[in-house]
Amino acid sequence: MSLVNFTTREITCKIVYYGPGRSGKTTNLHYIYGRVPDTRRGRMVSLATQTDRTLFFDFLPIDLGQISGFSTRFQLYTVPGQVYYNATRRLVLQGADGVVFVADSQARQLDENLESLQNLQSNLLEHGVDVRTVPLVLQYNKQDLPRELILSPADLDDALNFRAVSSFSADALHGQGVFETLKGISELVLKRLAAGTAV
Amino acid sequence: MTSALNAKYTFDTFVVGAANRLAVTAGRTVAENPGSAYNPLFVYSGSGLGKTHLLMAIGDAAKKLAPALNIEYLTLDEYVEAFHASVAAGQGDAFRRRFQNVDVLLVDDVQFLTNRKEMQSELLRLTEALQVAGHQIVLTSDRPPPEIADLDERLISRLSGGLVVDMGLPDYETRVAILRRKAEERGVRFQPGVLETVAQAEFGNVRELMGALNRLVAFQAVNDTSINAETVKQILGLAPAAAAAAEPAPAPRAAGDEFGEFLADVTVTVGKAVEAWRARVGEAVLRWEGEGYRTQRLEALLQQDAPAAVDEAIAGFAQDVERLKELEAEVAELDPQAAGDSVFRDPERLDDAEKAAAKVRDGAAPPPGPSAAFTLESYAVGPSNQVAVSAARAVVEHPGKKYNPLVLVGKSGLGKTHLLHAIGLELARGRRAVVACLSTQAFIDELIAAIDGNRVDWWRARYRRATALLLDDIHLLAGKERTQEELFNLFNLLQDKDRQLVFTAPAHPNTLSGLEERIVSRLEGGLVAELKEPDRDVKRAVLERMLVQQNVSPEPALVDYLADRPADSVRALVGVVQRVVGAAAAQDVPLTAGLAREVLEGQAPRDTRRSSGFRTSGLVVSSLGGIKSREKMVWDWIDVTDRVIEELR
Repeated sequence: MSLVNFTTREITCKIVYYGPGRSGKTTNLHYIYGRVPDTRRGRMVSLATQTDRTLFFDFLPIDLGQISGFSTRFQLYTVPGQVYYNATRRLVLQGADGVVFVADSQARQLDENLESLQNLQSNLLEHGVDVRTVPLVLQYNKQDLPRELILSPADLDDALNFRAVSSFSADALHGQGVFETLKGISELVLKRLAAGTAV
Repeated sequence: MTSALNAKYTFDTFVVGAANRLAVTAGRTVAENPGSAYNPLFVYSGSGLGKTHLLMAIGDAAKKLAPALNIEYLTLDEYVEAFHASVAAGQGDAFRRRFQNVDVLLVDDVQFLTNRKEMQSELLRLTEALQVAGHQIVLTSDRPPPEIADLDERLISRLSGGLVVDMGLPDYETRVAILRRKAEERGVRFQPGVLETVAQAEFGNVRELMGALNRLVAFQAVNDTSINAETVKQILGLAPAAAAAAEPAPAPRAAGDEFGEFLADVTVTVGKAVEAWRARVGEAVLRWEGEGYRTQRLEALLQQDAPAAVDEAIAGFAQDVERLKELEAEVAELDPQAAGDSVFRDPERLDDAEKAAAKVRDGAAPPPGPSAAFTLESYAVGPSNQVAVSAARAVVEHPGKKYNPLVLVGKSGLGKTHLLHAIGLELARGRRAVVACLSTQAFIDELIAAIDGNRVDWWRARYRRATALLLDDIHLLAGKERTQEELFNLFNLLQDKDRQLVFTAPAHPNTLSGLEERIVSRLEGGLVAELKEPDRDVKRAVLERMLVQQNVSPEPALVDYLADRPADSVRALVGVVQRVVGAAAAQDVPLTAGLAREVLEGQAPRDTRRSSGFRTSGLVVSSLGGIKSREKMVWDWIDVTDRVIEELR
């Protein structure tokens, strides 16, 4: 997937929200969807089970209009978090320009976070992409939960952020940190424009 | 009353973008097939987006394709004015007739029909009449028909019945292209990035964009310094913040507008990331690709991190494309089929294209030229041919301008061919002149061979290159329908380009049988100059020249005697001279008037008859080269009057 097409003057960023099940990926997208003006967003496609678990994936296209002469589009995807949907995850990950890893801040979810992060790494490798080169940010979601249930951002950084990428604490349900995360990943992705290469 | 079409407003000068592509395509179609494609064509757009330009371009293109079409452009106001004037003069019917006879009617600004009931019914009537007659009508407005206030339902349905297209605001690329073209037209150069900055600004229409450009041009001229992208914003009063200037339609920034902030953020990042050079290369790729050229050289540039001399690379590419265009145009004239070759579309294969063009050039041998033997200096002039010769000189001096075509008529042997070739030789002296000078028979034979070899296109191209076409004995075309057809087309083509045409014929074209009327009328359209029987001056000049050629001193007595002999053509005279020269050579005596008289009037000396090897076979070795059978040449027989005198003796 070509990130910047100079001949058709288009920029298309594919950003994938990755993370363990129930960490709040779809919630991130729903919040963004609610903040984007009608004219700028496409239909959000959400395939969810009856219990609101993402079955296949969510897809939210956002049209940012003309930027520096480029019609700029963001495509936000989520992957299903459950372990047994790995084939879908791998498929969605294909051609991603950037990845947001949404971690569940609850202390008891740490293992799931770690497992999902490893799963991300191996799925990227399947696509021939080194996790060290792909634009990646971490989001520590559910920071609004009682202190005793969650790990602090510093703790999570120690546990998960071994690449020392940008990390954002968030409360996706109320929107805190959602756009900061999106900005963070966008900046990383767009900075790669200069190099003219895509994942 | 009616505005003339402005020659500046053509399709060539119309910058096409996504917003107006449909309208332009429809306009072109209408210009190419007036009355049959979309009728009426209704174009609407906001002010200053090119309605008038498009309308005039349709008129211009239609006129170029079919010059005979009656094309009328006017604004609705002018139409109303004309109507009122004619009603006031009691000439309402004349007004209607005038517009019903227009083949392509272009009406601008029909939104002013609001509250003009009588004009609406008049326009309805006219539209109906034009449609029935198969005449084209194109209208423009600033809004679609149903939105024009107080418009008659019937008129709405009538106007919407053809094709209704709109033209929107040009997108960024189109704006840059428009600015580039306008700056180029004015011969103004700006620093890189200046025009792009202007294009990024929000202007409601193209006119405002032009206004901005004008300000920049004026500023640069006054201050004698070149403007850079930063000063542009100051001059045009644009917001200096990069985010605001770069985003044509920023989302409303309410407090806590997270998306707006995000957008601003992304805009800044993209602005930093997309280097100007990439944008320029991208634009060039877009442009040339759009024209059908392969652009892998430029695309390769985009793959690099920081290529050196980007602008030089783009300029070099443009230069190569220009060269390809030249080659293609040249080849298209010589061999239309070869011009379709893909090498003419690939700047990477310029060398191949040059080779292909050279091949075509070699293949297209120039058409047969004039014979060097017939010069204008050696053409004897006298009262009998003065008109023709001075016409010939005028043609040589002003080829294609004065007498086109020039038709030389006269009986056989009066020097038509000589004069034709002489004109050809003179015309061939011109720079880059390609003079086709041949007999009509050869012309016919070539065409037959071309048809046979399935290369009529090539044959046509060969003659279309000619800067002058001279055909001897045009009457031989009689009954050759295909050749007449080809000549007719060639004639028109060459005459349109002011290229000289010269023909010879034994008699006035309108007396020649078997020629199509259209050919005859075209031949008569120029100058028909007659060559008469040679007068004494001409004969003397011819004799003197021939005698000198034969190494005989042109004694006045001999010349006088021969010139006084009756001869109805120069060729007959040549025969006479050959006879006397031959006789003198056979007897091995100098040629004198007496000998000539003896040969021509009296008994030829006995021992010369068939005794000399020179004439034993009945063949005369012509001094002009070639062998001719004497027996077959009527002009060598003794003149009838001579014979009568002889018999009387």
